[in-house]
Amino acid sequence: MSDLTMSAAGAGIYRRRQLANILGLTFSAVSVLIGLIGLLWILWTLASNGLAALTPDFFLKNTPAPGSGDGGMANAIVGSLMIVGFATLISTPIGILAGVYLAEFGKQSRFGIATRFFVDIMLSAPSIVVGLFVFAFAVATVKHFSGWAGSLALSLIAIPVVVRTTENMLNLVPGSLREAAFALGTPRWKVSLAVTLRAVRGGVVTGVLLAVARMIGETAPLLFTALNNQFFSTDMSRPMANLPVVIYNFAMSPYEDWQKLAWGGAALIAIVVLAINIIARVAFSSKTQS
Amino acid sequence: MTSISIDMSNSVVSNNSGGATAEPLEAAIRVRNLNFFYGKFQGLKDVSLDIARGKVTAFIGPSGCGKSTLLRTFNRMFDLYPGQRAEGQILLNGNNVLAKEQDINLLRAKVGMVFQKPTPFPMTIYENIAFGVRLYESLGQRDMDDRVEWALRKAALWEEVKSKLQQSGLSLSGGQQQRLCIARTVAVKPEVLLLDEPTSALDPISTTKVEELINELKHDYTIAIVTHNMQQAARISDFTAYMYIGELVEFGETNQIFIKPVKQATEDYITGRFG
Repeated sequence: MSDLTMSAAGAGIYRRRQLANILGLTFSAVSVLIGLIGLLWILWTLASNGLAALTPDFFLKNTPAPGSGDGGMANAIVGSLMIVGFATLISTPIGILAGVYLAEFGKQSRFGIATRFFVDIMLSAPSIVVGLFVFAFAVATVKHFSGWAGSLALSLIAIPVVVRTTENMLNLVPGSLREAAFALGTPRWKVSLAVTLRAVRGGVVTGVLLAVARMIGETAPLLFTALNNQFFSTDMSRPMANLPVVIYNFAMSPYEDWQKLAWGGAALIAIVVLAINIIARVAFSSKTQS
Repeated sequence: MTSISIDMSNSVVSNNSGGATAEPLEAAIRVRNLNFFYGKFQGLKDVSLDIARGKVTAFIGPSGCGKSTLLRTFNRMFDLYPGQRAEGQILLNGNNVLAKEQDINLLRAKVGMVFQKPTPFPMTIYENIAFGVRLYESLGQRDMDDRVEWALRKAALWEEVKSKLQQSGLSLSGGQQQRLCIARTVAVKPEVLLLDEPTSALDPISTTKVEELINELKHDYTIAIVTHNMQQAARISDFTAYMYIGELVEFGETNQIFIKPVKQATEDYITGRFG
């Protein structure tokens, strides 16, 4: 039976390591707690101030005149749905195809390297800059705000997210799967779309969902493109009501009923974004297969 | 340096069951003076040999000797990777497959490959098989069903999966997945089957099943198999090629190679003096 004691010097080093371990664990735990407390505080504030406002009227009535004590956010909700919906329709195919190109064809080419570089820059572009850009060429040129301009601005924010996620997921596919497809005589485009992309479809959908979640909350781009609309409208070529801008206006106003509606809108956005994130992670975590 | 071409027209072939039959042998693939480069490194040095039609040819040798490299030149897998290139001639039915004009996809439809790691596609079992067939043939629903069943029977997998064809290919066990890959390769009716260490990732029972399969398949296909398991080569092949550091050292009938090899180097490897 061997002796498990250490020399004096060894014991000193070991004790120092144990101390460092405990310190490290403590700091990590405290950081997690700080993050969690912050998150829970925000959610609690939103819930206590906003949940009460989420009445059926909230979803059915349009934004009211100040002080009327009545009304809801119907036009803003529908407006957001339409603007984000069209932006998703635009950005998803472009983003996925660009991601496929970068992962499957553009690894060495100069065009691929340049594209990846610009996508990375766009990923962290300030959203207000994107909004101003779209304002300059889609709003000022035709001299009116529109839902289409809003969708365009949101797509420019979503596309880099989808491209990056798709490319990262595709890079996880093992080379052996690709080789097996090539060995059957499959043409290159078909290997990329019908085999490799299919292998990571769960991860790609997650990327799209996360891009949607981001778009729902973006305010700055919509300030300069879709603006706002007091009335219910489904005309995308005119200014359109949307949740973030309405919240922005109502929250800064001195009217209590408007402020209450703003809290309701904020709570609604938070719930929807949380739901999307949870669904994306739970429903698709087991589906990413290699 | 060593170039070995076998005059196949009048060879006497003794098959593994011990009987000897005189039958004319035809070369399905003729390799002539093949050199292969990974960038600056030369992986194959002046290799020449004939792969007999309707027979199993095994490639053995220590790691890094070039046997997988050689196999992967037959269906130009190396084309996927810039920096890898082959010089020389590989004649399939008289056409040099290394020529620029060769349609690579058509080549790969005629020369199928099964890899060491089972790689079912992320689709249903049925779709895994139908995928390859659809590339080059347009079959009606009934015909496709028949082809899928035929391929799965050929791979000795039909009985195990016939009631769950719509389940994902990834839900099968390792041995079943590999047989699915074999079925997928066989379904497109290639002329030649290249098997790159097909059983090294499988348990012994699955290995036996796959070896029995190879014995069945060789009636209809030309098979070239790379294996680091000498006993496997002795069990299932008709011809064996021993390679060492990119060169073809000896090539001949399996019985002759394993019982009375010509070269001392071959004998050293076979008897395990080095590995």
